[in-house]
Amino acid sequence: MVTKDEIKYWIESNLIGSSAEVSGDDGAHFHASVVYDGFNGISMLKQHRMVYNALGDKMQSMIHALSLTTKVKDD
Amino acid sequence: MTEINKKIEEQLASDRIILYMKGEPNMPMCGFSAKVVDILQQYDVTFKSYNILVDDQLRQGLKIFSQWPTFPQLYIDGELIGGCDIIVELHDREELESILGQSS
Repeated sequence: MVTKDEIKYWIESNLIGSSAEVSGDDGAHFHASVVYDGFNGISMLKQHRMVYNALGDKMQSMIHALSLTTKVKDD
Repeated sequence: MTEINKKIEEQLASDRIILYMKGEPNMPMCGFSAKVVDILQQYDVTFKSYNILVDDQLRQGLKIFSQWPTFPQLYIDGELIGGCDIIVELHDREELESILGQSS
C-alpha cells in the first residue's frame, strides 16, 4: 500500500528543489500540494503533468487518485 | 497512427467539448467525474461524454495520447484542458467561462 511519505519522496526526488505536502491515509486517495520554482512560467496543466510524470508508472498501478495543487512559491 | 489514436482523434473532432469520464453524466461512477459534470452543467454549454469504464482500450489509449494518467479528462476544440483539479481551479477563478465560450 502506498503511503503519503513515499509520494512526497518520489515527487521531491524527481523535481529537485521542490517541496511537497501530501495528505491521505487510505492508501489510495491522496492530495499533494507542490511548491517548485521549476513551475515558473508554465501552464497549470503542464505543472500537474510534471508531477504526474515524476510519479511515473506508480500513477498507473499504485495511486488510485491524486489531486494536486501546484505553486511556484509558497505564498 | 495507431488505431486507438485515430479513434480518439475522430471523437475529439466530433464535438467542441468532449469529456472522458468514469460513468455517464447522469450516472457518474467517480467523485472527480461527478464534480466536473456538475461544474459543466452550471454553464450554458452542451458537451459529449464518453464512459471510459466500458472501453478499456480507449482508457489506456487516452493516458498515452494525452500524457495524463487520470480521469476525467476535459477537451475543448481537441485540446486537453485538464482533469478535475484544473477544472475546479479554472471555475473558481472564473476563467472557465471564457475557455468554454471561445469558439475555435
